[in-house]
Amino acid sequence: MEIVMSVLAGLLFMTGVYNLLQKQLLRIVIGTALISHGAHLTILTMGKLKDGAAPILTDGVENYTDPLPQALILTSIVISFGVTSLLLVLAYRASKINHTDNMEKLRGNDYE
Amino acid sequence: MILPVLLPFIIAIFIPFLSKWKEKFHTGIVVTIVPLIIFIYFASFFAGGFSAVTKTYNWVPSLNMNLVFHLDGLSLLFVLLISGIGTLVALYSIYYLHTTENLGNFYVYFLIFMGSMLGLVLSDNVYALYSFWEFTSLSSFLLIGFWNHKHASRYGALKSMLITVFGGLSLLGALVFMHSITGTTSIQQMLADSEAILNSEFFPLILILLLLGAFTKSAQFPFHIWLPDAMEAPTPVSAYLHSATMVKAGLFLVARFSPMLSSSEWFFIIVSSFGILTLCWGSYMAVRQTDLKGILAFSTISQLGMIMAMLGFGTKVAVFAAMFHILNHATFKGSLFMVAGIVDHETGTRDIRKLGGLMNYLPMTATLAMFGVFSMAGFPLPFLNGFYSKEMFFLSSLDLSGQGDFASIVASLVPYLAVFGSIFTFVYSMYFFFGTFRGRANLGKLPKKPHEAPVGMLISPAILVLLVVIIGLFPSFINEPFISHAATAVYGADASKDIYFWHGFNLPLIMSLTVVAFGTILALTIPRWSSVYSYVPGVLSLNKAYDFTVDKSVSFSSKLTRGYMNGSLALYMKLILGAIILVSFAFFFLTDGFAIDTSQLASVTTIELIVAVTMAIAALGTIFTNNRIAAILILGVVGYGLSMLFIIYRAPDLALTQLIIETVTVALFLLVFYHLPSLNSRGESKPAKISNWIISIGFGLLVTTVAISSHSSKWFDSISSYFVENSYKLGGGDNIVNVILVDMRGLDTIFEITVLGLAAMAIYSLIKIKNKKEE
Repeated sequence: MEIVMSVLAGLLFMTGVYNLLQKQLLRIVIGTALISHGAHLTILTMGKLKDGAAPILTDGVENYTDPLPQALILTSIVISFGVTSLLLVLAYRASKINHTDNMEKLRGNDYE
Repeated sequence: MILPVLLPFIIAIFIPFLSKWKEKFHTGIVVTIVPLIIFIYFASFFAGGFSAVTKTYNWVPSLNMNLVFHLDGLSLLFVLLISGIGTLVALYSIYYLHTTENLGNFYVYFLIFMGSMLGLVLSDNVYALYSFWEFTSLSSFLLIGFWNHKHASRYGALKSMLITVFGGLSLLGALVFMHSITGTTSIQQMLADSEAILNSEFFPLILILLLLGAFTKSAQFPFHIWLPDAMEAPTPVSAYLHSATMVKAGLFLVARFSPMLSSSEWFFIIVSSFGILTLCWGSYMAVRQTDLKGILAFSTISQLGMIMAMLGFGTKVAVFAAMFHILNHATFKGSLFMVAGIVDHETGTRDIRKLGGLMNYLPMTATLAMFGVFSMAGFPLPFLNGFYSKEMFFLSSLDLSGQGDFASIVASLVPYLAVFGSIFTFVYSMYFFFGTFRGRANLGKLPKKPHEAPVGMLISPAILVLLVVIIGLFPSFINEPFISHAATAVYGADASKDIYFWHGFNLPLIMSLTVVAFGTILALTIPRWSSVYSYVPGVLSLNKAYDFTVDKSVSFSSKLTRGYMNGSLALYMKLILGAIILVSFAFFFLTDGFAIDTSQLASVTTIELIVAVTMAIAALGTIFTNNRIAAILILGVVGYGLSMLFIIYRAPDLALTQLIIETVTVALFLLVFYHLPSLNSRGESKPAKISNWIISIGFGLLVTTVAISSHSSKWFDSISSYFVENSYKLGGGDNIVNVILVDMRGLDTIFEITVLGLAAMAIYSLIKIKNKKEE
């Protein structure tokens, strides 16, 4: 199953990166969201899947799944939520002020 | 000993505040006191006989980087030069720089230079020496560019920076080599262990790198081209940095390491021939200059070449003469620079073609100049110190014996070249003096009507000229306490020597007289033979080579940078991701990192497959749909699918969090999407599309490979069992994930909350601030 999940994670990254390379702001935000989903799945897969009970201490259970990746992912989910929402509002402001969401036109000032 | 070195830096901090009252109280007055204190402090080391002192101050002990100060005869000579000339130059600058100038900046740079130069000559640690070395380059850069509204100043500053920092990096290379061979960072210990370095296979490289550092700093041919352009600096700076002290740092370096290097035959060949060549070229080119300071710049180059050559000779007489001449050169050249500054200040020009006959208008200045000039020319008179060291230079050039074929050729050529260079030294000295002060005055050409300089401006050159005369009359006055110690430190054995005016009618005296005779003839007939300059150097100019290199590298790099820094963020992302993909795969391939282990896989169940396929289709869907709502909703499908996977993989906390967050995210997307333009106009060209696909597929492959490999290879034991065992004991909770988050890694979670808080504030302000156009 881990191999299937690795492939799925790779696929999420692939679609995420493809969206990231687009010109429209909304697609870029979607791309970052997909990349963070892919990252979470990768972290989970790198450990062992279904290797024991859920990591909640219960009498009589000896084997638990690895709790460490889960703790990492939990932090990451929350942070990526922060990132996504900030990017969304940023995209909203940027397109409101510049009247475009095309990244190729949002190049900032000329160099120098 | 650390306090005198740090004193300039400490005072420099207060200079900006002091310079607020510069109208009433010239900042230079404070700055004059600083080197004076340092001078008195170090002069006190003479009391009761001098012997070398070493002091250690811990700086970065873990890296073996300590401030170790070693004060021996060589350092003392330099320290007294730095502080002594520093005092006089600071005093001179009070009258030279008007209070309308940016005095704060000037004196801060000045003090930084002074402190770094003191540190440079006192450091025993090679890395501290290197740091101070670069600091002197930096402060020199800032001082040359002090009048930064002038193009020539900026050009000169950049040129000196590029050349000396190039040399500085070479020096660093040599120091690193020597450190790794001997295993010590102390110069004294390196010198004690010099056999290890001399026998190392890297010795030729070390020698070349070290000498590159010294030659660039001390303006040796062909790196001398920065020094004439450095004359754009205010004259006190030229007198101080570019004549008396900083340009001698290269000589100091060679002298410092010469107990080790001088036993190498190549050291003799390289240093002597470059020194002699610089002496000849510098003095030859000096006669061609029309700017007073230009003459002095080339004169400095040639004098530095002469000292360098003597250090290369490495004999007892030569080393002694080198130390003696370092001191003498500082006295007469310092006074001449100040004279040039006075002439510039009082007449408004330094162009020797416009000057002439100033003897009647600036009699005091002319008198001072006369002593300086004749001392520089090595005129055989008993009250000119320049003659003594020049005479010793001739003497040392005569008793050279090279061992190898090449070395003996060099040794036999040296006396002739020494005389040739000295003849031109004589010529430019006379040209400088007679061109400025004698001849017919042409006041109409001068921007200002000339009159004698204020007394304050004459004090410093007068003291220097007084030194010229005192050293000339009573050479033993500075010999025993001063020069002998320096020469001994460089030579490695006792190198004290008596200085006499009259040596008897011998070969060195004949050489001196030849110089005077030919020099007088050539000086009188300059206009007749000066057309020779159109043949040598003619069109071949080192400056053109420098300009060509700099211009081409600037235009090439700006072209290259404009090529990829075109403002398109997508392109930047592509380059970054492409680099990650290439480097990672290359690393995978080189380290044979790919591993796949199918023995410990979890079983494949239908429900997981269904979820996975759904997520895959949804993820691909985000790419192909052109409908905003559809894109957002299928992104939601991916998120909810992920939370289902979390349930299957026994991560209830993750599943819950993911569910909530996904819901809120989708809601947020739906709130915002209305304000964003539709996704229809993709406007993606075909090549861009192909490269996007290549990059994204490559990145996806990379992630899959990394995930499979890291799952399949377990190099270390997992630390997770610790959390399972201690969750209840230490954290008092059954939910291990929660205990990790809020207890064992509680600090991480606090920062996570902080990040979220910051994001919330940013979002709030982004919504709240109103663009001016919107209002």
